[in-house]
Amino acid sequence: MGKTLFDKIWDGHIVVSKPGHPDAVYINTHFIHEVTSPQAFDGLRKRNIPVFRPAKTRATADHNVPTLHQDQPIKEALSRHQVEMLTKNTAEFGVELYGLGHRFQGIVHVIGPELGITLPGMTIVCGDSHTSTHGAFGAVAFGIGTSEVEQVLATQCILQYKPKRMKIEVNGQLGKGVLSKDIILYIISKISASGATGYFVEYAGEAIRSLSMEARMTICNMSIEMGARGGLIAPDETTFEYIKGREFAPKGADWDQSLAFWKTLYSDQDAEFDKVLTFDAADIEPQITYGTNPGMGMGVTRHIPALEQLDEKERPSFKKSLEYMELQPGAALLGKKVDYVFIGSCTNSRIEDLRLVADFVKGKQKADDVVVWIVPGSKQVEAQAIEEGIDKIFAAAGFQLREPGCSACLAMNEDKIPAGMYCISTSNRNFEGRQGPNARTFLASPLTAAAAAITGKVTDVRELLATSL
Amino acid sequence: MSKIFEHLVSPAVPVPIENIDTDQIIPARFLKATTREGFGENLFRDWRFDADNQPKADFVMNNPIYGGKILVAGKNFGCGSSREHAAWAIADAGFKVVVSSFFADIFKNNALNNFILPIQVSENFLDNIFKAIEADPKAALEVDLENQFIKIVATGEKESFDINQYKKTCLLNGYDDIDYLLSLRKEIEQYETTRPFNF
Repeated sequence: MGKTLFDKIWDGHIVVSKPGHPDAVYINTHFIHEVTSPQAFDGLRKRNIPVFRPAKTRATADHNVPTLHQDQPIKEALSRHQVEMLTKNTAEFGVELYGLGHRFQGIVHVIGPELGITLPGMTIVCGDSHTSTHGAFGAVAFGIGTSEVEQVLATQCILQYKPKRMKIEVNGQLGKGVLSKDIILYIISKISASGATGYFVEYAGEAIRSLSMEARMTICNMSIEMGARGGLIAPDETTFEYIKGREFAPKGADWDQSLAFWKTLYSDQDAEFDKVLTFDAADIEPQITYGTNPGMGMGVTRHIPALEQLDEKERPSFKKSLEYMELQPGAALLGKKVDYVFIGSCTNSRIEDLRLVADFVKGKQKADDVVVWIVPGSKQVEAQAIEEGIDKIFAAAGFQLREPGCSACLAMNEDKIPAGMYCISTSNRNFEGRQGPNARTFLASPLTAAAAAITGKVTDVRELLATSL
Repeated sequence: MSKIFEHLVSPAVPVPIENIDTDQIIPARFLKATTREGFGENLFRDWRFDADNQPKADFVMNNPIYGGKILVAGKNFGCGSSREHAAWAIADAGFKVVVSSFFADIFKNNALNNFILPIQVSENFLDNIFKAIEADPKAALEVDLENQFIKIVATGEKESFDINQYKKTCLLNGYDDIDYLLSLRKEIEQYETTRPFNF
């Protein structure tokens, strides 16, 4: 019987597999950042051991860095200390750091792919659940806790039980104004925030295949939001084309050898999945979430479910969620006023996202009472945006282009949405307090967020696209 | 943090909410410490305290009737961020066991790596635990890892739970994963010689 892509990669990385024990899996690339690594380095010190393969770990500062005045010392003492600890730890243990001020600095899941560090067939981990992003290249990539970060630093291996395999096929073609973000929000709304827990997902089908690498990253990024251990897409010409020539990508003979290997990375025709789900791209309209987990989403023209539509058991959590959001069961969201627009995060802060938003807003003005933050995913994205004049389009529209970091996605730095305010956000989580204490989040695509920036309210972007043509 | 998991009889703290994500367990703004200690005071921070840092009377952890070393929560506990700080906060607040009808994968690993036992029970049994605590906030649960069961002491109702044998041994003996991985050094170096490129 054939093997799934996931099995091919996983099985190829097993160092030791003993009955009754989890597999010891070899890790090709380990990314670290300032928030989930200090305790792991401390653990190494306590055991008096070095980093086993320092060249296989790369570090950046992203989670709590400010997105203004990065050339100056970080004002907030605890954040500054955490970033300084990363500098100290990486220097002491010989790990390469792309810290503040470095031209490669940025959100860890943006810089890995753009630097050509993320490659097909790799195993990749990071102390961050959105490590699933790297699966877009046909890598087995997943988020881990700090004890596991320590395992990888100490041994380049991790102990894991092999997850089950799920295939999610999206067939057909996407409608106008519908982006890859809408695909993944739609899938999560259909299968819930725990619908893929215990599984590693492979995304397939015509609608996935036709996406750019950056759009594929958006899909894989949110695999964790349905509970999946990770998500991946078999590499193809789009993938190879994207990687070729990047900073750390293989070159010359190394490239040829790598390419030959990458071309073996697909699920065999007769491979068996534990679960297969199929969706039709034509059913997907621009999405928006209304609740406090990413599974609570719907088409932007739809109504929030009424209580009667839910199981008795689901109602208390549902009610709690809508009370937090100050929304009514059964209500529509179209026309709902928004206060903030955040375009950024490891889900949607890449150059294509910024280009798409810039194309849409060119010649338009933001609504008066809306604050719009655009936070590029990396220094390289920022530089590219400036080179293309995108910064000027944003400035003319009244959008603030800030400096790279995780920013208002998790509000660890100063970029917090004030209590009670509504933010339409291209990030990945709408949990209570995620964007700041008592802040309220609507997750959406960059286009839907940009439309809200212009109108000041939840808008069906397709209507604006129709009138602008 | 005691590493060895012992037989436990304790009342439990009920949080009957589904999909409790790790941002609720410990909000991101409290992740700035560089040690593993002290996170317990911010466990469920925004449910426990208001904007002025005053305890919210209606949250279970602010009600002195409830206490114990067992946290009981609705299904899909620990979803969202991979932050191990969530497990550290739960451990630091004195919990040894978390009971739910479903756990998110990363949280489950993080809990086990911190010698907290996540016990997955049936929906029905979870309901019965909540009912028992509603009837008597001091209702005790018995957790026997050796024999893999959890019992509502007052009613005698019992359910067995799954745990893989490796992790069970780790918990009962206080071993951690790094001890085991470090013992595989030769195998790891051998593996590295078998792979042609960086994949």
